[in-house]
Amino acid sequence: MPSPFIIDRSSVTQIMAWVLAALLPGITAYVWLFGPGILVTLTLASVTALAAEAAMLKARGYPAKPFLADLSAIVTAWLLALSLPSLAPWWLIITGTLFAIVVAKHLYGGLGQNIFNPAMVGYAVLIVSFPVQMTQWAGPLELTLVEPGAVQLSLAQSAAVIFGGDLPKATLDAITMATPLDVLRTGLYQQLTVDETMTQAIFGHYGGVGFEWLAAAFLLGGLLLWALRIISWQVPLAFLAGIWLTAGFLHFFDAGRFGAPWFHLFSPSVMLCAFFIATDPVSGATTPRGKLIFGLGAGFLTIVIRTWGGFPDGVAFAILLMNLCVPLIDQYTQPRVYGEAIVKRDDGTRKEPRT
Amino acid sequence: MSRELFKFKGGIHPPGHKAESTGRPIHPAPLPKKLVIPLRQHIGNPARPIVDVGERVLKGQLIAAADGAISTAVHASSSGIVSAIGPARVPHISGLPDECITIETDGRDEWIAHGPLDYQAMTRADLLAHLRDMGLAGLGGAVFPSAVKLDPGAAQTCPTLIINGGECEPWITCDDMLMRTQADAILQGVAIMRHLLGSSEILIGIEDNKPEAIAAMQAATAKTDFAVETVSLPTRYPGGGAKQMIETLTGKQVPSGKLSTDIGIQVFNVGTAYALARAVHHGEPLISRLVTVTGHVLRAQNVEALIGTPFDTLIQLAGDRDGTTGVLMGGPMMGLPIPDTSVPVVKATNCILVESAELFPPPPKALPCIRCTRCADACPAELQPQELFRFAKSDDFGRAQEYHLFDCIECGCCSYVCPSHIPLVDFYRYAKSEIWARERDKRAADLARERHEFRLFRQEREKTEKAEKLAAKAQAKRAELAAAPTEAGNSGTSEADAKKALIAAALARAQAKKTETTPQNTDNLSPDTQQEIAEIETRRAKIRALARKPLESEETP
Ligand code: SF4
Ligand code: SF4
Repeated sequence: MPSPFIIDRSSVTQIMAWVLAALLPGITAYVWLFGPGILVTLTLASVTALAAEAAMLKARGYPAKPFLADLSAIVTAWLLALSLPSLAPWWLIITGTLFAIVVAKHLYGGLGQNIFNPAMVGYAVLIVSFPVQMTQWAGPLELTLVEPGAVQLSLAQSAAVIFGGDLPKATLDAITMATPLDVLRTGLYQQLTVDETMTQAIFGHYGGVGFEWLAAAFLLGGLLLWALRIISWQVPLAFLAGIWLTAGFLHFFDAGRFGAPWFHLFSPSVMLCAFFIATDPVSGATTPRGKLIFGLGAGFLTIVIRTWGGFPDGVAFAILLMNLCVPLIDQYTQPRVYGEAIVKRDDGTRKEPRT
Repeated sequence: MSRELFKFKGGIHPPGHKAESTGRPIHPAPLPKKLVIPLRQHIGNPARPIVDVGERVLKGQLIAAADGAISTAVHASSSGIVSAIGPARVPHISGLPDECITIETDGRDEWIAHGPLDYQAMTRADLLAHLRDMGLAGLGGAVFPSAVKLDPGAAQTCPTLIINGGECEPWITCDDMLMRTQADAILQGVAIMRHLLGSSEILIGIEDNKPEAIAAMQAATAKTDFAVETVSLPTRYPGGGAKQMIETLTGKQVPSGKLSTDIGIQVFNVGTAYALARAVHHGEPLISRLVTVTGHVLRAQNVEALIGTPFDTLIQLAGDRDGTTGVLMGGPMMGLPIPDTSVPVVKATNCILVESAELFPPPPKALPCIRCTRCADACPAELQPQELFRFAKSDDFGRAQEYHLFDCIECGCCSYVCPSHIPLVDFYRYAKSEIWARERDKRAADLARERHEFRLFRQEREKTEKAEKLAAKAQAKRAELAAAPTEAGNSGTSEADAKKALIAAALARAQAKKTETTPQNTDNLSPDTQQEIAEIETRRAKIRALARKPLESEETP
């Protein structure tokens, strides 16, 4: 065995475990604000992911144990589950997870080889194929509970909804709601201005009622990951800056047609993406400058797709598009190495040694 | 000390394990029955033996002389009889046996006549030549011949002299112990370095996990008659690497492919300074050094060991234990596995680290790279180890070189932090050696092609010469013909002849012109040039350029 003969105690498992731990504040807030349905989704996605991972490892002739133990499949499952509508039907969850693990991860070569973020591939496939089912969002309890005849779904009832149990249509209508993004989109479609739309009950201080707190909980977990140096500051900061700048720019020119930057920033999908999805090392850029470009680009595209695209949210497509650009970004943002002399590189940048 | 320090990029904080071996005083190692002294203990040409088998040698006697510009001498570490000169097992990365002089010691440890040197009265050249014969080489691990580094060359002076007491590798404490006990002698060596290099700024860099050493050096520097500053540096591996120490102390980076002297800085290890002082003030060549024997032993400690002492002897001195899983020369980050512990201590042996399964558990199975870039964050050479790994793994050596593979100092920081436990440094070593091998093959192929092209050129030249001869003939003929009409009047046949001759002459002129454009080349291409192997590169380019020229011009008559 050659040098070095000692290694740090860190491991992929440990990193993934921290990522899962950092999602706990968000999950707690989710349950608190929207009811326990998300727990069913998370469990179903996790079980599916592990089964799919084990099957794929076996099919590809890899040892199952070290790879299952790395927890990366669970991370993918959780990220997908947190992106899906909380009362999405069971087959939607399973289909998305299978796509994420089987196609996006293993058919691309497994851990470390996938070009695209698996969770986002799963999400994109679902939203393209099943747009209607992808709108079964549980409304924030703060609003649904005040409706006449409203009930808070128990864990079992949530499971029943997800597994296709027949809940009275009225009850289902009472507990599901369009997301703030959808409401805004519909409002604009109906020729209302942003301000007029924003008077609806679903909108809170910055984002949607409940949704903004969920976003804050994701932010909290993200800061934990940053404090532990599991993620670098470049991607989240650049992503949020990309969102804020793009949305702010549009809002500045036509506040009637474009939502305020704070509104976009404080949506759960943006915070989840900034700290947990865009920061996925495998499918993201690796150089410091590359990370900034990756984050900024993803933020920009998110707003562009949210504003002009045909889908309710742009995060997934923005990430997938930026994933495509990663090899190029990395190639052209190679940092200067120690003692590198002044050389003209083919991209025209000059590098000089620090003296 | 309020000196402004700079931060080199990357680095890691592995557990130090220094206390294990600093608790006991330095112990002289016993005189072994047999000393095996390799001729190649330094960078550069191996020393040339100047003794014969059966000859009696004295302690400190020159037994192999420096050979060539970059080389240094080798001495007998004790008195005895030369019993063998030939290949023996040595602690070297290749694991191959190397030329050694073996001495059966007589136990008398009898010194050759030696004494101090009045170095200030000597010319620089004389002093350097003398030091070359004292066998000095960098004791920090690089073992570059010190006399070469002490020659400021054309620059005449090297403004900044850095004495490296960093000792950043875990477990190793020989420099620490040397500074604690021999601070004054180290500074005597520094004074000689300053004398030779004409340095105006002298800095001693010591990592702050060695407070005793820092205190000892500060106390000693207070007594010197020239300005020396002892600087406490933050402990961070590989802060004791020469390039990293330069950056920490001066904020400068050594440009890629250059030497630190190009930016006016020279770096010596504290052990080298001490050895230099012994050589000049006592006339003792480099025949022993401090070695840390630590790890899985009963009494981890530093020993003063003669060059040529078997590792076994020192391990037994420190108390060997059951459960030993291996032995390293050097520290755990950059050390060398030593499968055969009968190998001798050499000038580069700063540490003998005995491994056990508890202290050095085997690494977990490697997983694929997850591109987390922790390695890049830790790399002091500011490389992108994950990319180098990708290229090395896919045998894409061109890209690996483009991404500065050869700036990798093999410090091991990347492997240390990798959460996937990938033995990254192995891949870099593999890629480097593979590139070297291909380079060699390519050179051989180039040589063959060069010969082939030379032959083509020679054939071309012969053709030209033939044409020239023809031209000369035609010229003569035309002159004849030109003279003919006045003598023999018009005749149909002679007219046609004249035309033919004129065409031939024109052709010949064109050919001659072609050779005229490259007259200097034909001179160079005597067959003798083929033998000048040393100038192979420049010649190759020339010959190739030449070989192509006539071929191209053939198409445009
Ligand atoms: S530390 Fe290991 S896993 Fe992370 S990028 Fe470097 S090589 Fe890949
Ligand atoms: S071994 Fe090479 S690539 Fe790895 S950290 Fe050290 S210099 Fe960088």
